[in-house]
Amino acid sequence: MFAYYLQLGLRSLRRSPMLTALMVMAVGFGVAASMITWSVFRAVSGDPIPGKSAQLYTVLIDNRGPQYNDNGEPPEALTYTDATALVAAGKAAHQTLFYNVAPSVLPEGNQSLPFIANGYATNADFFGMFDVPFEYGGGWHASDDAGRAAVAVISHELNQQLFGGADSVGREITMDRHTYRIVGVAAHWDPKPRFFDLFSGNAFGDPVQLYLPFARAVDVQMDTAGRNNCGSNADFGVGRDAWLHGECVWVPMWVELPDPAAAKGYREFLTNYAAEQQRAGRFHWAPNVRLRDVNDWLDHMRVVPPESRISLMVALGFFVICLVNTIGLLLAKFMRRAAEIGVRRALGAPRLEIYHQFLVEAGTVGLAGGVLGLLLTALGMFGVGLLFEPEIARLAHLDLSLVATTLLVAIVATVLAAFYPTWRAARVQPAWQLKSN
Amino acid sequence: MKLHPMIAALRKHKAGVVLIALQIALTLAIVCNAIFIIGQRVERVGRPTGLDEGNLFVVSQQWVGAPSADTPDGVAKLDAMLKEDLATLRSLPGVASAAPINSLSLLNSTWAGALSTKPGTNFTDRGSNVRTAYYFTDEQVLPTLGLRLVAGRNFNAADVQNHGFREQFTYPVVIVTQALADKLYPKGDAVGKTIYVDGSSSPSTIVGVVARMQTPAVGWGDNFAWHATLVPVRLDANFTRVAVRAKPGQLEAAMKATAPALYQVNRLRVLDDDSVRPFTDIRAKAYRADVGMAVLMGVICLILIGVTAAGIVGLTSFWVGQRHRQIGVRRALGARRIDILHYFQMENLLIAGAGAVIGIVMAVGLNMWLMSRYEMDRLPVFYALIGVVAVLALGQCAVFVPARRASNVPPVVATRAA
Repeated sequence: MFAYYLQLGLRSLRRSPMLTALMVMAVGFGVAASMITWSVFRAVSGDPIPGKSAQLYTVLIDNRGPQYNDNGEPPEALTYTDATALVAAGKAAHQTLFYNVAPSVLPEGNQSLPFIANGYATNADFFGMFDVPFEYGGGWHASDDAGRAAVAVISHELNQQLFGGADSVGREITMDRHTYRIVGVAAHWDPKPRFFDLFSGNAFGDPVQLYLPFARAVDVQMDTAGRNNCGSNADFGVGRDAWLHGECVWVPMWVELPDPAAAKGYREFLTNYAAEQQRAGRFHWAPNVRLRDVNDWLDHMRVVPPESRISLMVALGFFVICLVNTIGLLLAKFMRRAAEIGVRRALGAPRLEIYHQFLVEAGTVGLAGGVLGLLLTALGMFGVGLLFEPEIARLAHLDLSLVATTLLVAIVATVLAAFYPTWRAARVQPAWQLKSN
Repeated sequence: MKLHPMIAALRKHKAGVVLIALQIALTLAIVCNAIFIIGQRVERVGRPTGLDEGNLFVVSQQWVGAPSADTPDGVAKLDAMLKEDLATLRSLPGVASAAPINSLSLLNSTWAGALSTKPGTNFTDRGSNVRTAYYFTDEQVLPTLGLRLVAGRNFNAADVQNHGFREQFTYPVVIVTQALADKLYPKGDAVGKTIYVDGSSSPSTIVGVVARMQTPAVGWGDNFAWHATLVPVRLDANFTRVAVRAKPGQLEAAMKATAPALYQVNRLRVLDDDSVRPFTDIRAKAYRADVGMAVLMGVICLILIGVTAAGIVGLTSFWVGQRHRQIGVRRALGARRIDILHYFQMENLLIAGAGAVIGIVMAVGLNMWLMSRYEMDRLPVFYALIGVVAVLALGQCAVFVPARRASNVPPVVATRAA
């Protein structure tokens, strides 16, 4: 019966072309608007490191006190002093710290001009904690951190640019006029949003090109290319040393804690650390620390851009209106055929069969709307760049799951919208219809 | 025309009536708020920065292996390099003037602080302090940016100092914007008066007031968007930024000549694609989200109105078909065509009116919800009224075609069997 009803449904699409066209367009526009905004929304609100997002925590300590902090919240990164002390303490399974660097890289050969490459000055644990994949070699070792070695890891892209993609492990790279030995080439790696680098606002930035040891970068006085937040407390001293050991925050720190018990233990350790600072006279307030896991952190930093939420909301509202419209039009379409329904009922069709027939027919309208919606969605993908920053817009793409979702949403929504008109159709009194004809 | 029979007839079509009214209500709610958002964004995007934006471009670059900005020796070297660059840029044939500057309106890189008329205040205290954004620059800034001096004097070469960017230094003289001057000295006599920056106790003198200049912060800095302070200090760092005014009509040529000329002075620097940017580019980037949002809302509104109109046409046509015979009877009993036309128009007005009333409530509700979740202002009554008139007009336009078809039903239909 289903196949027959489907055939009837397809045929009836042609019977009242005006009404059908209106419905298909309403469903198509509605579903396309929702899908375009949804594709952006899912891209920006996804879990960047699914297996580990509950085990990675960023560490925050209030070094400003109730007078200067942000409504009770500690600043969004650590001072050099705290970050290096906590990493040295090594109380978590793994711990890393980093800051953004943008050294100039001088390619070999006299004619080439230097260029800027973005990177992180970090430690050996970084690569394992954030699952950085490697093409050649690997990360450096903890001993390189301790020995302040001049080593570097470069990205696949930088390796292409400098060495034509060859295995460059063991070769040298010149950054800010210092040379570093390459120990690893990372494969393409670009988690979105880049959850660990939110402090400097790089949630959707370009992937970084290089990594070098934190201690080494500090030694050669490589300045931070990321954010440096000294808060409202203007007393941050004079010169690099005062800044480095002062109360400006610029070093994000992350720890890996395998289970809740470890997290609890680490929180206690942090509180004790802050209490110690209080006893030493550095903090004049009770310990105020935070340990936020990846999703908590993404939430706290409001990574999902407001445009994305608002436009998704508007699109959904729009879709609802389109469906209300569809209900009205389906009602008109079905009730026009009251006589036909009367004949079927009089010939013995139970109400259930009428339901089947008209819901399948609504499904065909939904399918047609879905196909139109798919075309409009594909078209709309070009328009996304208009609304969002380019780095966010390029995250939106039409993949198989989006195609399936579009069709499914269109059909399900139309069938749901058809329930009321179908109910009305099924209540048609056979005798009445037969008599009046 | 009596409303009573019309309402009685509508009660036979409860579902259709509710659907049309609901659709009109939702359309009104969304379109009102969307147009309000569009209006706000357009207003934001249209704000003048106070700069003479045509022929202005910005050169941002970074030194390779620069001396440290934390030693007096390094600062002196960096300053010499910056001055050399400035001289080079100023001597380019297409360039009218150039000034070093740490940031620029709409550039979203802000050196924020606070000014007070009293020394040594706690500068997080909003009561005695006014938030501002600093521009560190030199005496050529006014002609280069095209700022209009309304009181006092411009900086002169003797005012200009240089400092490493991490040094702590005093600001003996400053120029402020009119908005900031009015905030500090509401009587309008700011020139020659003393202010204190960032809670310090060393005085700064306001030597001039410019009409208008926007701060670099777009978005988070909107509450102090016009509170700019110009400080005659060349900041020395491994990164430099210079604002350049090209001679009229020579913007392209001057921009093209910039990189080669600078490389000739010193090759150990990084100038990439983004280093030399016209100001129009900066403006477009700063407001792209606003423009995009306005376009999106506009498109959604248009489609929405189309869909609603289509829905009304569809349902009314259905009703006309259903009442074919009744219309015939009315005509046979003496109703004129215009009566039938008016009947359907009136009916639509009634439904649309009911929808509009619900729609206003929903529009206000949606606006309140947006205000609580996002930074939105209250929807002015004006917008809601415009919206009501618009949906009523939309209903009338949409109903016209089916209503005219109804009025063309001949009286003879009454005599035929249904």
